[in-house]
Amino acid sequence: MSLSFFDQFTSPCLLGIPLILLSMLFPALLLPTPNSRWITNRLSTLQLWFFHLITKQLMTPLNKNGHKWALILTSLMVLLLATNLLGLLPYTFTPTTQLSMNMALAFPLWLATLLTGLRNQPSISLGHLLPEGTPTLLIPALIMIETTSLLIRPLALGVRLTANLTAGHLLIQLISTATIALLPIMPTVSILTALILLLLTILEVAVAMIQAYVFVLLLSLYLQENI
Amino acid sequence: ERRLMDVRLGELPAWLATCDLSPQGLLGGVRKAWNSYYDKYINVKRGGPAGISMLLAGYCLLSYGWNYQHIKCHRWRKYH
Repeated sequence: MSLSFFDQFTSPCLLGIPLILLSMLFPALLLPTPNSRWITNRLSTLQLWFFHLITKQLMTPLNKNGHKWALILTSLMVLLLATNLLGLLPYTFTPTTQLSMNMALAFPLWLATLLTGLRNQPSISLGHLLPEGTPTLLIPALIMIETTSLLIRPLALGVRLTANLTAGHLLIQLISTATIALLPIMPTVSILTALILLLLTILEVAVAMIQAYVFVLLLSLYLQENI
Repeated sequence: ERRLMDVRLGELPAWLATCDLSPQGLLGGVRKAWNSYYDKYINVKRGGPAGISMLLAGYCLLSYGWNYQHIKCHRWRKYH
Protein backbone atom coordinates (compact mmCIF):
# COMPACT_ATOMS: atom_id res chain seq x y z
CA MET A 1 0.00 0.00 0.00
CA SER A 2 1.99 3.01 -1.20
CA LEU A 3 0.88 6.26 0.35
CA SER A 4 2.29 9.06 -1.76
CA PHE A 5 1.17 12.60 -2.40
CA PHE A 6 -0.62 11.53 -5.56
CA ASP A 7 -3.07 9.34 -3.71
CA GLN A 8 -5.62 12.13 -3.61
CA PHE A 9 -6.02 11.79 -7.38
CA THR A 10 -7.12 8.16 -7.37
CA SER A 11 -10.84 7.57 -7.51
CA PRO A 12 -11.74 5.18 -4.68
CA CYS A 13 -14.53 2.65 -5.15
CA LEU A 14 -17.19 1.78 -2.60
CA LEU A 15 -19.36 -1.22 -3.40
CA GLY A 16 -18.04 -1.01 -6.95
CA ILE A 17 -19.16 2.59 -7.52
CA PRO A 18 -16.26 4.98 -8.09
CA LEU A 19 -16.28 8.36 -6.38
CA ILE A 20 -15.87 10.12 -9.72
CA LEU A 21 -19.47 9.24 -10.57
CA LEU A 22 -20.73 10.96 -7.43
CA SER A 23 -18.52 14.01 -8.07
CA MET A 24 -19.86 14.39 -11.59
CA LEU A 25 -23.51 14.01 -10.54
CA PHE A 26 -23.42 16.22 -7.44
CA PRO A 27 -23.42 19.64 -9.17
CA ALA A 28 -26.85 18.74 -10.57
CA LEU A 29 -28.23 18.99 -7.04
CA LEU A 30 -26.87 22.50 -6.61
CA LEU A 31 -28.54 23.81 -9.76
CA PRO A 32 -32.31 23.69 -9.35
CA THR A 33 -34.51 23.67 -12.44
CA PRO A 34 -36.41 26.96 -12.58
CA ASN A 35 -40.13 26.46 -12.23
CA SER A 36 -42.78 28.47 -14.00
CA ARG A 37 -43.16 31.13 -11.31
CA TRP A 38 -42.14 34.70 -11.97
CA ILE A 39 -40.39 35.21 -8.64
CA THR A 40 -38.50 32.12 -7.52
CA ASN A 41 -36.17 31.46 -4.59
CA ARG A 42 -32.85 33.25 -4.23
CA LEU A 43 -30.83 30.32 -5.55
CA SER A 44 -32.83 30.18 -8.79
CA THR A 45 -32.58 33.94 -9.24
CA LEU A 46 -28.82 33.87 -8.71
CA GLN A 47 -28.49 30.95 -11.09
CA LEU A 48 -30.53 32.70 -13.78
CA TRP A 49 -28.53 35.91 -13.45
CA PHE A 50 -25.26 33.98 -13.65
CA PHE A 51 -26.30 31.98 -16.71
CA HIS A 52 -27.39 35.18 -18.48
CA LEU A 53 -24.02 36.72 -17.69
CA ILE A 54 -22.08 33.75 -19.07
CA THR A 55 -24.20 33.38 -22.19
CA LYS A 56 -24.05 37.06 -23.04
CA GLN A 57 -20.28 37.10 -22.52
CA LEU A 58 -19.69 34.06 -24.71
CA MET A 59 -22.19 34.78 -27.47
CA THR A 60 -21.48 38.47 -28.16
CA PRO A 61 -18.50 37.86 -30.50
CA LEU A 62 -20.25 35.04 -32.38
CA ASN A 63 -22.49 35.43 -35.40
CA LYS A 64 -25.98 33.99 -35.76
CA ASN A 65 -24.77 30.50 -36.67
CA GLY A 66 -22.55 30.40 -33.62
CA HIS A 67 -25.50 30.93 -31.31
CA LYS A 68 -26.44 27.29 -31.85
CA TRP A 69 -23.50 26.50 -29.60
CA ALA A 70 -24.90 28.52 -26.70
CA LEU A 71 -26.33 25.54 -24.82
CA ILE A 72 -23.25 23.34 -24.97
CA LEU A 73 -20.80 26.12 -24.15
CA THR A 74 -22.81 27.43 -21.21
CA SER A 75 -23.41 23.99 -19.74
CA LEU A 76 -19.73 23.10 -20.20
CA MET A 77 -18.77 26.28 -18.36
CA VAL A 78 -21.13 25.51 -15.49
CA LEU A 79 -19.92 21.91 -15.25
CA LEU A 80 -16.25 22.91 -15.13
CA LEU A 81 -16.89 25.71 -12.64
CA ALA A 82 -18.91 23.46 -10.34
CA THR A 83 -16.51 20.50 -10.43
CA ASN A 84 -13.45 22.71 -9.97
CA LEU A 85 -14.89 24.60 -7.02
CA LEU A 86 -16.35 21.50 -5.35
CA GLY A 87 -12.92 19.87 -5.53
CA LEU A 88 -11.60 22.44 -3.07
CA LEU A 89 -13.75 21.06 -0.24
CA PRO A 90 -12.03 18.58 2.09
CA TYR A 91 -12.03 14.87 1.17
CA THR A 92 -13.77 15.50 -2.16
CA PHE A 93 -12.62 14.23 -5.53
CA THR A 94 -12.06 16.55 -8.50
CA PRO A 95 -12.81 14.82 -11.78
CA THR A 96 -11.06 17.54 -13.78
CA THR A 97 -7.68 16.49 -12.39
CA GLN A 98 -7.92 13.40 -14.57
CA LEU A 99 -6.33 13.94 -17.97
CA SER A 100 -8.67 11.38 -19.50
CA MET A 101 -11.73 13.43 -18.63
CA ASN A 102 -10.29 16.74 -19.84
CA MET A 103 -9.12 15.26 -23.11
CA ALA A 104 -12.55 13.69 -23.55
CA LEU A 105 -14.04 17.17 -23.19
CA ALA A 106 -11.48 19.07 -25.25
CA PHE A 107 -10.82 16.81 -28.21
CA PRO A 108 -14.37 16.26 -29.54
CA LEU A 109 -15.34 19.91 -29.11
CA TRP A 110 -12.21 21.17 -30.86
CA LEU A 111 -12.74 18.62 -33.65
CA ALA A 112 -16.33 19.80 -33.98
CA THR A 113 -15.21 23.41 -34.49
CA LEU A 114 -12.59 22.30 -37.02
CA LEU A 115 -14.99 20.14 -39.02
CA THR A 116 -17.67 22.87 -38.96
CA GLY A 117 -15.19 25.26 -40.50
CA LEU A 118 -13.85 22.83 -43.08
CA ARG A 119 -17.34 21.80 -44.13
CA ASN A 120 -19.05 25.18 -44.40
CA GLN A 121 -16.25 27.53 -45.38
CA PRO A 122 -13.17 25.47 -46.33
CA SER A 123 -11.11 28.22 -47.96
CA ILE A 124 -11.61 30.66 -45.09
CA SER A 125 -10.71 27.96 -42.54
CA LEU A 126 -7.59 27.01 -44.45
CA GLY A 127 -6.82 30.68 -44.90
CA HIS A 128 -6.32 30.99 -41.15
CA LEU A 129 -3.19 28.93 -41.58
CA LEU A 130 -1.36 31.90 -43.11
CA PRO A 131 -1.39 35.27 -41.34
CA GLU A 132 -1.72 38.38 -43.51
CA GLY A 133 1.34 40.16 -44.76
CA THR A 134 3.91 37.40 -44.35
CA PRO A 135 7.00 37.61 -46.61
CA THR A 136 6.83 35.12 -49.52
CA LEU A 137 9.96 33.23 -48.49
CA LEU A 138 8.52 32.48 -45.05
CA ILE A 139 5.22 31.02 -46.33
CA PRO A 140 6.11 27.28 -46.29
CA ALA A 141 7.64 27.45 -42.84
CA LEU A 142 4.74 29.45 -41.48
CA ILE A 143 2.15 27.05 -42.89
CA MET A 144 3.87 24.18 -41.11
CA ILE A 145 4.08 26.13 -37.88
CA GLU A 146 0.43 27.17 -38.03
CA THR A 147 -0.67 23.60 -38.80
CA THR A 148 1.27 22.32 -35.82
CA SER A 149 -0.26 24.99 -33.64
CA LEU A 150 -3.71 24.04 -34.91
CA LEU A 151 -3.20 20.34 -34.24
CA ILE A 152 -1.82 20.91 -30.76
CA ARG A 153 -4.87 22.90 -29.59
CA PRO A 154 -6.88 20.02 -28.08
CA LEU A 155 -3.82 18.74 -26.26
CA ALA A 156 -3.15 22.20 -24.88
CA LEU A 157 -6.77 22.65 -23.80
CA GLY A 158 -6.86 19.37 -21.91
CA VAL A 159 -3.43 19.53 -20.38
CA ARG A 160 -3.82 23.16 -19.29
CA LEU A 161 -6.88 22.35 -17.19
CA THR A 162 -5.40 19.15 -15.77
CA ALA A 163 -2.03 20.65 -14.93
CA ASN A 164 -3.42 23.76 -13.26
CA LEU A 165 -5.80 21.88 -11.03
CA THR A 166 -3.44 19.03 -10.20
CA ALA A 167 -0.62 21.43 -9.34
CA GLY A 168 -2.90 23.48 -7.13
CA HIS A 169 -4.17 20.47 -5.19
CA LEU A 170 -0.65 19.10 -4.75
CA LEU A 171 0.63 22.46 -3.49
CA ILE A 172 -2.19 22.67 -0.95
CA GLN A 173 -1.41 19.18 0.29
CA LEU A 174 2.35 19.82 0.53
CA ILE A 175 2.03 23.14 2.35
CA SER A 176 -0.55 21.80 4.78
CA THR A 177 1.72 18.82 5.50
CA ALA A 178 4.55 21.27 6.20
CA THR A 179 2.33 23.36 8.50
CA ILE A 180 1.30 20.39 10.58
CA ALA A 181 4.81 18.94 10.71
CA LEU A 182 6.30 22.25 11.83
CA LEU A 183 3.71 22.93 14.53
CA PRO A 184 5.46 21.14 17.43
CA ILE A 185 8.93 22.19 16.30
CA MET A 186 8.81 25.88 15.27
CA PRO A 187 5.34 27.38 15.92
CA THR A 188 6.19 30.79 14.42
CA VAL A 189 7.26 29.30 11.10
CA SER A 190 4.18 27.12 11.23
CA ILE A 191 1.95 30.18 11.54
CA LEU A 192 3.72 31.79 8.57
CA THR A 193 3.16 28.62 6.57
CA ALA A 194 -0.48 28.67 7.59
CA LEU A 195 -0.71 32.21 6.22
CA ILE A 196 0.79 31.02 2.93
CA LEU A 197 -1.76 28.21 2.93
CA LEU A 198 -4.60 30.72 3.33
CA LEU A 199 -3.33 32.83 0.43
CA LEU A 200 -2.84 29.71 -1.67
CA THR A 201 -6.40 28.58 -1.02
CA ILE A 202 -7.71 31.96 -2.18
CA LEU A 203 -5.54 31.61 -5.27
CA GLU A 204 -6.89 28.12 -5.88
CA VAL A 205 -10.47 29.37 -5.77
CA ALA A 206 -9.54 32.00 -8.35
CA VAL A 207 -7.67 29.49 -10.50
CA ALA A 208 -10.62 27.09 -10.44
CA MET A 209 -12.91 29.78 -11.83
CA ILE A 210 -10.40 31.21 -14.29
CA GLN A 211 -9.44 27.82 -15.75
CA ALA A 212 -13.07 26.94 -16.41
CA TYR A 213 -13.57 30.32 -18.10
CA VAL A 214 -10.38 30.01 -20.18
CA PHE A 215 -11.33 26.54 -21.42
CA VAL A 216 -14.70 27.67 -22.68
CA LEU A 217 -13.40 31.01 -23.96
CA LEU A 218 -10.74 29.33 -26.07
CA LEU A 219 -13.30 26.94 -27.50
CA SER A 220 -15.53 29.87 -28.44
CA LEU A 221 -12.50 31.55 -30.04
CA TYR A 222 -11.79 28.48 -32.13
CA LEU A 223 -15.46 28.49 -33.04
CA GLN A 224 -15.32 32.14 -34.10
CA GLU A 225 -12.61 31.38 -36.64
CA ASN A 226 -14.54 28.53 -38.16
CA ILE A 227 -18.21 29.45 -38.23
CA GLU B 1 -48.01 4.58 5.17
CA ARG B 2 -46.57 6.86 7.83
CA ARG B 3 -43.60 9.18 7.40
CA LEU B 4 -40.20 8.12 8.70
CA MET B 5 -40.05 10.89 11.30
CA ASP B 6 -43.24 9.58 12.97
CA VAL B 7 -41.94 6.02 13.33
CA ARG B 8 -40.44 5.08 16.69
CA LEU B 9 -37.13 3.22 16.87
CA GLY B 10 -38.59 -0.07 18.00
CA GLU B 11 -41.13 -0.06 15.19
CA LEU B 12 -38.49 0.43 12.49
CA PRO B 13 -38.39 -3.16 11.12
CA ALA B 14 -42.19 -3.24 10.98
CA TRP B 15 -42.27 0.05 9.10
CA LEU B 16 -39.56 -1.18 6.69
CA ALA B 17 -41.73 -4.21 5.90
CA THR B 18 -44.67 -1.99 4.92
CA CYS B 19 -42.82 0.41 2.63
CA ASP B 20 -42.20 -0.16 -1.07
CA LEU B 21 -38.69 -1.50 -1.63
CA SER B 22 -38.78 -1.98 -5.41
CA PRO B 23 -36.45 0.24 -7.53
CA GLN B 24 -39.35 2.54 -8.47
CA GLY B 25 -40.42 2.72 -4.84
CA LEU B 26 -36.91 3.58 -3.66
CA LEU B 27 -36.53 6.18 -6.39
CA GLY B 28 -39.87 7.70 -5.40
CA GLY B 29 -38.72 7.78 -1.81
CA VAL B 30 -35.47 9.54 -2.73
CA ARG B 31 -37.34 12.06 -4.87
CA LYS B 32 -39.80 12.78 -2.04
CA ALA B 33 -36.95 13.22 0.44
CA TRP B 34 -35.09 15.59 -1.88
CA ASN B 35 -38.22 17.62 -2.61
CA SER B 36 -39.04 17.98 1.08
CA TYR B 37 -35.45 19.11 1.83
CA TYR B 38 -35.50 21.52 -1.12
CA ASP B 39 -38.87 22.99 -0.18
CA LYS B 40 -37.91 23.39 3.46
CA TYR B 41 -34.45 24.95 3.16
CA ILE B 42 -33.82 26.26 -0.35
CA ASN B 43 -37.12 27.05 -2.06
CA VAL B 44 -38.03 29.77 0.48
CA LYS B 45 -38.61 33.47 -0.02
CA ARG B 46 -35.61 34.69 1.95
CA GLY B 47 -33.19 31.76 1.91
CA GLY B 48 -29.64 32.09 3.08
CA PRO B 49 -26.44 30.12 2.74
CA ALA B 50 -27.68 27.47 5.19
CA GLY B 51 -29.49 25.27 2.66
CA ILE B 52 -26.56 24.89 0.30
CA SER B 53 -24.00 24.69 3.13
CA MET B 54 -25.78 21.70 4.64
CA LEU B 55 -25.71 20.01 1.23
CA LEU B 56 -21.98 20.70 0.85
CA ALA B 57 -21.24 19.48 4.37
CA GLY B 58 -23.16 16.29 3.63
CA TYR B 59 -21.17 15.92 0.41
CA CYS B 60 -17.89 16.24 2.33
CA LEU B 61 -19.03 13.62 4.83
CA LEU B 62 -20.10 11.29 2.04
CA SER B 63 -16.74 11.69 0.31
CA TYR B 64 -14.99 10.94 3.60
CA GLY B 65 -17.02 7.77 3.95
CA TRP B 66 -16.22 6.79 0.39
CA ASN B 67 -12.50 7.32 1.03
CA TYR B 68 -12.46 5.72 4.47
CA GLN B 69 -10.77 2.46 3.53
CA HIS B 70 -7.91 4.45 2.06
CA ILE B 71 -7.64 7.06 4.82
CA LYS B 72 -7.60 4.33 7.49
CA CYS B 73 -4.06 3.43 6.47
CA HIS B 74 -2.78 6.94 7.24
CA ARG B 75 -3.65 6.79 10.93
CA TRP B 76 -0.49 5.29 12.39
CA ARG B 77 2.00 6.72 9.87
CA LYS B 78 5.17 8.12 11.39
CA TYR B 79 5.78 10.74 8.71
CA HIS B 80 2.75 12.22 6.96
